[in-house]
Amino acid sequence: MSASETKHAGLNLGGTDAKTHAEAEHAIFGFWIFLMSDAVIFALLFATYGVMLPATAGGPTPTSVFKIGPTFAETLLLLTSSLTYGMASVAMKHGSPLGGIHRWLAVTLLLGLIFLAFEWHDFSDMFAQGAYPTRSGFLSAFFGLVPLHGLHVIAGIVWILVMMVQLRVFGLDARVKINLLRLGLFWHFLDIVWIAIFSTVYLPGLLP
Amino acid sequence: MTDPVWPMLLGRFTWDSLPFVRAWHNPTTNELIAAAAGGIVVVSGIAVLVLITVLRRWRWLWTEWLTSLDHKKIGILYIVIALVMLARALVEANLMRLQQAVAVGNPGFVAPEHFAELFSTHGSIMIFFMAMPFLTGLINYLVPLQIGARDVAFPVLNAISLWLTAAGAALMMASLVIGRFSTGGWSGYPPFTEIGFNPGVGPDYWIWAVTLGSLASTMTGINIAVTIYKMRCPGMKLMRMPLFTWTSLCTAILMIFAMPPLTVATALLALDRYLGFHFFTNALGGNMMHYANLFWMFGHPEVYIVILPAFGIYSEVVSTFSSKELYGYKSLVIATMAIAVLSFTVWLHHFFTMGQSASINAAFGIATMAIGVPTGVKIYNWIWTMFRGEVRFTTPMIYALAFMMTFVLGGLTGIILAFPPLDYIVHNTLFLVAHFHNMLIPGTLYGLLAAYTFWFPKVFGYRLDERWGRISCLCWIVGFYLAFMPLYVLGASGMARRTQAVMETAYRPWLYMAEAGALILLCAFAALIVQLWVSIRRRGANDVFVGDPWDGRALEWSVSAPPPEFNFARLPHVDQAHWFYDAKRKYAPYAPPIAYHDIWMLRNSAVAPVIGIASGAATFGLVWHMWWLAIFGLIVIFAAVVARSFVRDTHRVIPASEVARIDESWREATARAQPVPREIETSPANQGLALVRS
Repeated sequence: MSASETKHAGLNLGGTDAKTHAEAEHAIFGFWIFLMSDAVIFALLFATYGVMLPATAGGPTPTSVFKIGPTFAETLLLLTSSLTYGMASVAMKHGSPLGGIHRWLAVTLLLGLIFLAFEWHDFSDMFAQGAYPTRSGFLSAFFGLVPLHGLHVIAGIVWILVMMVQLRVFGLDARVKINLLRLGLFWHFLDIVWIAIFSTVYLPGLLP
Repeated sequence: MTDPVWPMLLGRFTWDSLPFVRAWHNPTTNELIAAAAGGIVVVSGIAVLVLITVLRRWRWLWTEWLTSLDHKKIGILYIVIALVMLARALVEANLMRLQQAVAVGNPGFVAPEHFAELFSTHGSIMIFFMAMPFLTGLINYLVPLQIGARDVAFPVLNAISLWLTAAGAALMMASLVIGRFSTGGWSGYPPFTEIGFNPGVGPDYWIWAVTLGSLASTMTGINIAVTIYKMRCPGMKLMRMPLFTWTSLCTAILMIFAMPPLTVATALLALDRYLGFHFFTNALGGNMMHYANLFWMFGHPEVYIVILPAFGIYSEVVSTFSSKELYGYKSLVIATMAIAVLSFTVWLHHFFTMGQSASINAAFGIATMAIGVPTGVKIYNWIWTMFRGEVRFTTPMIYALAFMMTFVLGGLTGIILAFPPLDYIVHNTLFLVAHFHNMLIPGTLYGLLAAYTFWFPKVFGYRLDERWGRISCLCWIVGFYLAFMPLYVLGASGMARRTQAVMETAYRPWLYMAEAGALILLCAFAALIVQLWVSIRRRGANDVFVGDPWDGRALEWSVSAPPPEFNFARLPHVDQAHWFYDAKRKYAPYAPPIAYHDIWMLRNSAVAPVIGIASGAATFGLVWHMWWLAIFGLIVIFAAVVARSFVRDTHRVIPASEVARIDESWREATARAQPVPREIETSPANQGLALVRS
């Protein structure tokens, strides 16, 4: 076994930090499995949304409440934040000065916050049109699915904050590195879920 | 009495929430039973606290058990929870049987609402807080030992799983003392459990207790799967793993995929109840049939989550007590995996009568029958393993034999139920109740009890009393047949399940018979307690410190009983499936390692107890609408997780000299011990060293 062997899916630390690379093997594999079971939760909520879509109970319909502009902006924001997190990961792997990692994490954090602000604005717009979760089965399913993704983004943002503090306190020790790898997987996973939301909730909802 | 008391602080608590107050105002047998049950919980809880204080065992309990991250101690604690909950659910089963036996043509002594609470708690406890913790405890204890590891992959997560399970069990117990439990059965079907029909705390107790158990099991599944995939000792290829480890792996995979649907089902029901969503309500587009789908997407794989580990246990037991290699190991592994996959394709057979088209029912009926094939393969494997073996009828072996007979019988009634047209006829009758008890009692409970008897000497260092073990085993078998065979007859004659009072007098003799069976099952549990008591008193005579009382095959038998904290002084290197069994016959398995090394183990951590207690408090707050408590609990959980991520001093070292001291004292004991032949392995002559003839 060479030190640069790929030990888990995703960014590996092989070649730059052999010791942490070995430790990361089961830690990152375990996190992949966690994401898999989280993905099952989202899959079921997508299925629920599909089942409940016609149950508008005489209330607002997808076409009447969804807007393409802001959701497209949200998509771009989240995808860009994945890119900036990727930059942070690469900086971490190749031992850049801590300032560089900090800056990329801060940009990611900022993009995440702007995304949440947009999403909050969407929801309050829907509320203003009488589209709140207690109105119909369709809206219950919508507000069961999309805000859960939002909650995940909030969790990711808190996690980024904790990691920024840990970077200051501990520097790049093995646990900080492994947790940055995990956080990366989590953040990219949220992207994938959002793409699914954008293309199965918003886009078909806007078709006439 | 029905006004809320300090609603800001105590939410919707009223004095009437206490069963003692209700019994005081309305002293019927029904209320007195509820008050007595609550009283038993309070008194035994206080008794335990007093006992620990009097014996000055608090510090010991905290450092040795509650904060320990040792997978073996966590495993034992799981099983303690399971046994306590088994006692309660068994008493509830007896109350229900007694009520039905008495209530032929009259209302009996348990009121309808109370009866509904009884079958709801009985089912919820037996699945989530008896079967699940019991098998999780066994997996926790055994898998790292069987694959030659020092611990599971994520020990802190493991402790958190334990404490979440404990919090769920505590919530079940709290429902006996404060408020009432759900009346919606173990599956909690809406719209009956929605706020419109059930505004009380009952369904909320069910939702949160089950959710805690579900989250705990998801994390256990992740932990065990990673442990088995990544922590095996050198040479332990997948196809060299003991069968119990294989079935644990399949169970872990099922947990990862099947627990999230349960979490989703309970979470959406909670959104309906707390925030007025319309997922499963009658009005405004709710769809209660969607709940049935979500619940049984968990519920059917769950059947295999609780049965597969038992298959693994039987494989170990049958092969050990036949002194033969497991027949068709590879086919057993394939059959286990096949069952794991097929278990996701049959969930709809739980609601054939819901109104989907006949073709859909037919597809799921065929899938259901198909799942019988790999199960049948296994039965043949075990029979062929015994063939021409040196079979000894020890307690675990009797459980295994009773399982094979009884389980096949239950499987046959399962085939009947898999035909949608036949299912229409016996749907919702006692026939179904008889069927699933016929699967789960031999398929899970017997297996767990066989494992308890089989591995007890490994865990505690002395054998269990064989005579009381057999008495208990016999009672479990006879009691099962008496209690459940009549239910087939009753079900086929049309008696609905969950019936509080019976109008048809022709049912009476069958109900009497079932009640007699339930009493024998209670005796079986009592015999189990007596066995434990007798065994503890005679532990000196039954000592098996050397650690191999049954001439075992897998690696857990190659270390002392109980195993040292670090499991293996030196991690084993294996070159075949039955390395230890073979080593006993060919080399010197007890030869000391060439050198001892320092071993790094995790320090204790209070993070899991803190998270467990906080999540218990938070969910209790949610049940009673004590919002301050719910918020406080959630903040504590969050703070504990973040605080733990800042702890860097997580390990301590066991110096090589200490490892050597522990290991050498055990090796001296093996050298002193008299090897025991198989014929007298259940006598005090058994010191844990197997006599090898080859």
